[in-house]
Amino acid sequence: MSINALLTGQRVRWAAWVAIALLLLALPFITEAVLGRSWVRIIAVALLFVMLALGLNIVVGFAGLLDLGYIAFFAVGAYSYALLASPQFAVHWPFLVLLPLGAAIAAVFGILLGAPTLRLRGDYLAIVTLGFGEIIRVFLNNLNRPVNITNGPQGITLIDPLQIGGFSLAQTHTFAGLTFSSVHNYYFVFLICAALSIALSLRLENSRIGRAWVAIRDDELAASAMGINTRNIKLLAFAMGATFGGVAGGLFASFQGFVSPESFQLIDSIMVLCMVVLGGMGNVAGVVLGAVLLTALPEALRYVGPLQQRWLGHVMVDPADLRMLLFGLALVLMMLLRPEGIWPARRRIVSAPTENPHGG
Amino acid sequence: MDIFAQQLINGLVLGSIYALVALGYTMVYGILGLINFAHGDITMVGALVALTIVQALSAAGIPAPVILVLAGGGAMIVCATLGLSIERVAYRPLRRAPRLAPLITAIGVSILLQYSAALIWGKQYIAMPKLLEPAAINIAGAQLTTLQLAIFLLACTIMAGLLWFIKARRMGRAMRATEQNPDVAGLMGVNTNTVIAFTFILGSAIGAIAGLMIVLYYGIGHYFMGFMLGLKAFTAAVLGGIGNVGGAVLGGLLLGVIESLASGYIGDLTGGVFGSNYRDIFAFLVLVVVLVLRPSGLLGQHSGDRA
Amino acid sequence: MQMHTMRHAVTALIVTALLAACGKEAPPPAPKAEAPKAPEVITVKIGSASPLTGPQAHIGIDIRNGVQLAIDDANAANVEIGGKKVKFELVSEDDEANPTKATTVAQKLADAKVAAVIGHFNSGASIPASKIYSDAGIPQISPSSTNPKYTEQGFKTTFRVVAHDGQQGPTLARFAAKTLQAKSVAIIDDSTAYGQGLADNFEATAKSLGIKVLAREHTTDKDTDFKAILTKIKGKKPDLIMFGGIDPQAAPMIKQMKDLGIKAKFIGGDGMQTPNFIKLAGDAADGAMASIPGLPKDQMPGGKTFLEKYKAKFNQDVELFAPMGYDAVMVFIDAMKRAGSADPAKFLPEVGKTSYAGVIGPIAFDEKGDLKNGPITIYVVKGGVWEPLETVKPEADAGATPAAAAPAAAPAPAPAPEAAKK
Repeated sequence: MSINALLTGQRVRWAAWVAIALLLLALPFITEAVLGRSWVRIIAVALLFVMLALGLNIVVGFAGLLDLGYIAFFAVGAYSYALLASPQFAVHWPFLVLLPLGAAIAAVFGILLGAPTLRLRGDYLAIVTLGFGEIIRVFLNNLNRPVNITNGPQGITLIDPLQIGGFSLAQTHTFAGLTFSSVHNYYFVFLICAALSIALSLRLENSRIGRAWVAIRDDELAASAMGINTRNIKLLAFAMGATFGGVAGGLFASFQGFVSPESFQLIDSIMVLCMVVLGGMGNVAGVVLGAVLLTALPEALRYVGPLQQRWLGHVMVDPADLRMLLFGLALVLMMLLRPEGIWPARRRIVSAPTENPHGG
Repeated sequence: MDIFAQQLINGLVLGSIYALVALGYTMVYGILGLINFAHGDITMVGALVALTIVQALSAAGIPAPVILVLAGGGAMIVCATLGLSIERVAYRPLRRAPRLAPLITAIGVSILLQYSAALIWGKQYIAMPKLLEPAAINIAGAQLTTLQLAIFLLACTIMAGLLWFIKARRMGRAMRATEQNPDVAGLMGVNTNTVIAFTFILGSAIGAIAGLMIVLYYGIGHYFMGFMLGLKAFTAAVLGGIGNVGGAVLGGLLLGVIESLASGYIGDLTGGVFGSNYRDIFAFLVLVVVLVLRPSGLLGQHSGDRA
Repeated sequence: MQMHTMRHAVTALIVTALLAACGKEAPPPAPKAEAPKAPEVITVKIGSASPLTGPQAHIGIDIRNGVQLAIDDANAANVEIGGKKVKFELVSEDDEANPTKATTVAQKLADAKVAAVIGHFNSGASIPASKIYSDAGIPQISPSSTNPKYTEQGFKTTFRVVAHDGQQGPTLARFAAKTLQAKSVAIIDDSTAYGQGLADNFEATAKSLGIKVLAREHTTDKDTDFKAILTKIKGKKPDLIMFGGIDPQAAPMIKQMKDLGIKAKFIGGDGMQTPNFIKLAGDAADGAMASIPGLPKDQMPGGKTFLEKYKAKFNQDVELFAPMGYDAVMVFIDAMKRAGSADPAKFLPEVGKTSYAGVIGPIAFDEKGDLKNGPITIYVVKGGVWEPLETVKPEADAGATPAAAAPAAAPAPAPAPEAAKK
């Protein structure tokens, strides 16, 4: 029996899914035992980035709108949570209210940022969204005078963790002989949210809206000629993408207990874009893979520092720099060699060459 | 009034630097339809190379003007080579690819340049040895140093030279032809590859000069200095009309003045609500406004569904 | 799912597994304690968190070197705690002067179960990180963070061995009023927790002393062009310009001041009191003044010896806070000895009771963790080097002006920005 035949059996597929699910549930404990608790934190953060990447995938992958300021929605979500669940305004709303609220606020911002860009294409759209991302960051950094809203560069500390009644995720609990530290608790919450995001993305992909997005991505004029309201569809893409960012932002704020404008820079937008592009633009599975790889790899690269220390006597290339160098290289190489990503969408994104922009 | 004059002067000098860098963006965009994200970082490399040359030579007691020429020349050669290689390796294979690919590649090249520079020069701010003793001239109560004047005049000279070149020389005409329609230009005997390569060389070399100006003016070099500069210069190019050389210079000067005046006066205008800490986003606001209201820029012609 | 997608899935799993293997191969820095060499020697890990890369790396590395020197000295002295020989080990992390990175680094150090942390350098980093150390019960001494909020969060684990901005700001203001006889000032800050905090404190006291604040401007900690702000300030003609920020910005700022022909004096806080400032600003640095918590290094009780030891080991001069880093380690070791244990839960209470004669002078903490009677020295650049001008002891001032924030009482009386800042 060939491997392929073995793998395509219906039963085997089911078994594979169950195995993956079990693995994901056990992952934090395995990771802690093998690699230490900081790695559990890393995989939890990876799940947050999965959500972000999926959100950006809607905008860039499905709808073909190159958004270089996506991290702004993450920031909006994080700050709306932080402002309403911390000593900043002495307000402490429950997370069940705050997370959907954050999503809604992010969606509003998505529409606000998307509206002026509707007529713009490609490069201009990219630069304008980049500008918006920067504008949001500067505002967050400076809205501490004359009225202190965001506490400026100092950020907002002592943010409430997720809690229901007296059960707080920030505390360690034991259950069935296993120790659930705060990181473990959050991992599971993120896992659920990430799974929901994946499910939602897949549903969107195969819906009328999803197809409308693909239509405007491939040929906006033709789509409009076919009766698609391109304006609304584009705004919807921005809004939906933003909600993913908004929820992820709220979770991030409660997890870290601290937010500051430093976490939401252009390089973070580019990082999320990398995850989408390198993973496989438009393909939900590829994007998830991209997010996981690009969160885990830099952490793995941190060990290169001590390795260099041992082999060469001193650290020649700082691991943080090495990570960025590899990113840049990866972007260039991927575009040259495999622009559709590691795990491409089934429908080919790299389609027929566009007409010459100079009217050829 | 003298404060206004001073802000204006500061703005014009800042704008001259933006203009020089904007030229590189506008030429490449005109011909290839590509935003060369890496251009700001090429300028940065030019700045750091010039700084290194100055550091090396000033210890040896060589007269300042000679050092300047050598630093400028060295920076130009390095940048031109860099620009050419990037075009050949990263952009040329993607000429026919959909819009997203070259843009992402450009971002990748930009990151590569930044962190290679960090590797070579470190991430600290690097001080420029003192070369010149600029004298100060008093104009309308404002202080203008000879260095500032030199920067401004240099930018104007380069622009004038470029305009003349494009109009009068064969290569210049070839560039215009390729910009209008590469295929037809090719049919008429223009080697579009050579023209494109030349455009990159020219843009990068001018960027190198801008880099030298920057380290002379601010006295500091840093691996990350190209990023914001690049964005603002691109805004300047868009403001003036992308693809238009005169527009790039006009846009650059205008943006510098806007930024200077806004930083200086916005605090008073808004009663302290917005201050100079919002400086960086003035450029972006200008960008958004221009692209939404008049996408072709001040001097550009409206070209189809460009924006 | 199609067949080829399944193949992709398997490939993906393999790749991820390889990655995990990759991460496992290179052993993580120090999550597990070293096996002791002899049965009686215990290893105690001391964490150090500061910016090791970026524009402030020269200061961060300096701190780490100070910590390393202390650890080496302690190891050479064969310290015994609770009857057991102790070997100290440095776990050093780079927080890149970034608040978010700082929390990540703090978590790493907490996970690595260090006994104590010397860190961070920037207030913007120390403050968020302090929550994590507090949750983990790990005592934290900052060698340099001066924002008052750091010790105002109600954590038992936060300490510092420098005077804070509630003292430094007013000291600068009083110096400006009395010694410099400045009647008007323009204030610029770099929009960071440290810079803005210092500037706000300075402003409050300056106003209460009758100095007119003609302008309050903001820039960022990444800017290099201040011409617009300085031109605006030039128009107002202040006697003095005060900058709350760090040397990579202070240096171009003073250069541009000279370019614009501004005659005002220039004064700042400890962030610019570095040799790097003079290096970057060149001739323009002459006449600049800056305060720094602590005595002039050669007036410190252990100063001269420390400077020589440091230079011998690291082949460069002390930049700024290395002596504080050194003393912080010694304070921890002293507390451990008194508690007879290197367990944070046990020696933490002893830290608060410290009365230690360090390199920088006598060290004792008040109930919030601030340094008691931390002196502040004001320096001026003369002939290309920083020279001490005046040393101020807070107790001398505490009685002098009512607006002076006495070291222990944090909330400053009236000024709105401070109250709103919490």
